[in-house]
Amino acid sequence: MLKTQTSAGAYDEMLEADGTPRPHCRRYWNWLEEQPDERLAHKRAEADALFHRVGITFAVYGENAGTERLIPFDIVPRIIPVEEWRVLEAGLKQRVRALNAFIRDVYHEQEILKAGKIPVEQVLTNAQYRPEMQAIDLPAGIYAHIAGIDVVRDGKGQFCVLEDNLRVPSGVSYMLENRKMMARLFPELFAQHPVEPVEQYPDILLENLKSVAPEGVTDPTVVLMTPGAYNSAYFEHAFLAQQMGIELVEGQDLFVRDDVVYMRTTKGPERVDVIYRRIDDDFVDPLAFRPDSALGVPGLLTAYRAGRVTIANAVGTGVADDKSIYPYVPDMVRFYLGEEPLLANVPTWVLRRPDDLAHVLANLPELVVKEVHGAGGYGMLIGPASTRQQIEDFRKRIIANPERYIAQPTLALSTSPTFVAAGLAPRHIDLRPFVLSGKEITVVPGGLTRVALREGSLVVNSSQGGGTKDTWVLGS
Amino acid sequence: MLSRTADHLYWMSRYLERAECLARMLDAHHKLAMLPRPPEAVLQGWTATLVSLGMQQTFLEKAGEVTPRAAFDYIAFDREHLGSIVSCLRSARENARAVRGTVTSDVWETLNSTYLESRAFNATMPESGRGEFLEWVKYRAYLTRGVSAGTMVRDEALWFSRIGTFLERADATSRLLEARWRDPGGRGERLGTETSEWAVLLRAMSAFETYRRVTREAVTPKRVTELLLMRDDLPQSVHRCLSELFGNLQAVANAQSAETLRRCGELHAQFLFGRFEELCADGVTTFIDRFQERLRDLGARIADDFLVPMGTK
Repeated sequence: MLKTQTSAGAYDEMLEADGTPRPHCRRYWNWLEEQPDERLAHKRAEADALFHRVGITFAVYGENAGTERLIPFDIVPRIIPVEEWRVLEAGLKQRVRALNAFIRDVYHEQEILKAGKIPVEQVLTNAQYRPEMQAIDLPAGIYAHIAGIDVVRDGKGQFCVLEDNLRVPSGVSYMLENRKMMARLFPELFAQHPVEPVEQYPDILLENLKSVAPEGVTDPTVVLMTPGAYNSAYFEHAFLAQQMGIELVEGQDLFVRDDVVYMRTTKGPERVDVIYRRIDDDFVDPLAFRPDSALGVPGLLTAYRAGRVTIANAVGTGVADDKSIYPYVPDMVRFYLGEEPLLANVPTWVLRRPDDLAHVLANLPELVVKEVHGAGGYGMLIGPASTRQQIEDFRKRIIANPERYIAQPTLALSTSPTFVAAGLAPRHIDLRPFVLSGKEITVVPGGLTRVALREGSLVVNSSQGGGTKDTWVLGS
Repeated sequence: MLSRTADHLYWMSRYLERAECLARMLDAHHKLAMLPRPPEAVLQGWTATLVSLGMQQTFLEKAGEVTPRAAFDYIAFDREHLGSIVSCLRSARENARAVRGTVTSDVWETLNSTYLESRAFNATMPESGRGEFLEWVKYRAYLTRGVSAGTMVRDEALWFSRIGTFLERADATSRLLEARWRDPGGRGERLGTETSEWAVLLRAMSAFETYRRVTREAVTPKRVTELLLMRDDLPQSVHRCLSELFGNLQAVANAQSAETLRRCGELHAQFLFGRFEELCADGVTTFIDRFQERLRDLGARIADDFLVPMGTK
């Protein structure tokens, strides 16, 4: 068994600075050290073969259309002690409660804007703001039924939020499949470790979706709407629909008559009450948004606004997860809940502010600059990992449109021992817990841990060479 | 069930069945190649096969002239040709992928691994491996059918999938017979090898032993044709396929499907009550041409009544 080292400056999730295991990882680490290299290599190969056969793959945009790749799975779990998790969980629930309150407010009284907490134009001229949603009441006032909150640990080991995903957050199928895979590869580990279960996720989600059905519907029909089999997250759509026992529909399967949504079945039309959509606002209804899109359902928005169907997440949630709004989330917690935020943001410079802009331009080589509307790790500059030329090119783009960017210090994301070609080595990781809002707010223990497999890399996105790990919330 | 889901299940099965039937056709040629026949007879046989599959024109545009090797490769391995075996396996898998939540994971994984394994086969493989490839295709089809029968709930999903299987098989068996009758050798116009050529066809259809057992006669073109068209107890026969098709259509019947069921029943009745000699009074190929016309009509009606209507995809 190869010894690992920790990476300078970063907090390692499993090991202390001197290379000994942290108390909550001791039992796992002892087990790992006893495993012969061949066994682990064999288990890794087995995991790959299984993922391929089961077709747990994702499509990569831009490459040969239709190709599918595996997201590399690392057999070393990321372990969070339950005491730490309880704190994180409370912070996540608080944050999502505030975010939902904010979206509801934006589409109703706009108190937070009147109070001057957030610049008005930043909300109302935001491309993600949907005037169609103004004054529309939604069941239980919930907008983001499913939230994926990206959390990282800084060099001091402190959790902080990097990004909120409130539109169509993905990745939960990997959380569930990774656990199944670990249990299949190493059943003995679960006998020795009290790992909190995650498989209840689909049940909670379905229960929540049913609870927000339009008023008067007693036995609601819930469907999951996908852009189709060539979407990068299609596996997840099919997986979740199957786990919840609901139909997986495409836009062409639905139609609207007299403000009621139906699906086309072999027995004729059947009414649909709740749509868990995995398709962006822009594509939901060609009559309301993008007329060139064939993915949506003509008339769906009208039915939705009439309260005849529920869409989850709601239309217009993007106004709250935009990177330009992110710096204000702690203020939202204070404003709506009257509480101090339990989870901090990463310090952020908003480049539309002249002072912030000047500071960032003077310190580009040390900073991470992100496009406000970027996603998937595209359109960003990681100063310390970029060449002088790349930095200068990016500088020009910032100066041309400063309002399109925010900047953050380069975080020393925490690391976790990870299997790479040379053996065990520290790699940077983040965490995406999934926060479900229904009658109450629930966070399934753990979430999706993404790992940047290239040495030193801070980009964990699967589209850019990231992998995943099973995430354990470990009882004591 | 969603109409689109039913559509994918139906095409999943059709493509898999098509791959298997193509493999059987190629297998017949593979075995025929071992008979002592003049070269022009071999080419006539391949031409008849390409014509009956409706592939002659596209093949000639691509290959220029008929050679056994080029025809085999075009039907078996050509990935640009959507009608080839490897393309059919890919389409079966793509359709299964679109409904992977509806079929059991066993069915999906079987079709997925079939596709993944099929990527290793291509036209560069040596002559000796080709027979094995055809065997492999047949066994993957057997396996998929077994997994479906063994794991799928007896509900619409299975019925629509079987509708696809039997419609395709009825079509394929009739095409195989048609190709043989189009070939002068098959019609007995080339003396000497006729019996062996039809025996080869029976073997390719895995029906040789059955033929012996039920007819106790020497192999003749008419008797083989009668067997493959008319016997209700032979899984490969057109009659059996129509019996299955009718039963499964009854199981999924909806408010608008009565006429489709009636036409299917009418076609079925030809085989159930008709006499082979009378049905084929104008010649076997004429009968099969008419039959295929009616089968196409059924396919279009099934799409309109239950699935995604043709022309709207």
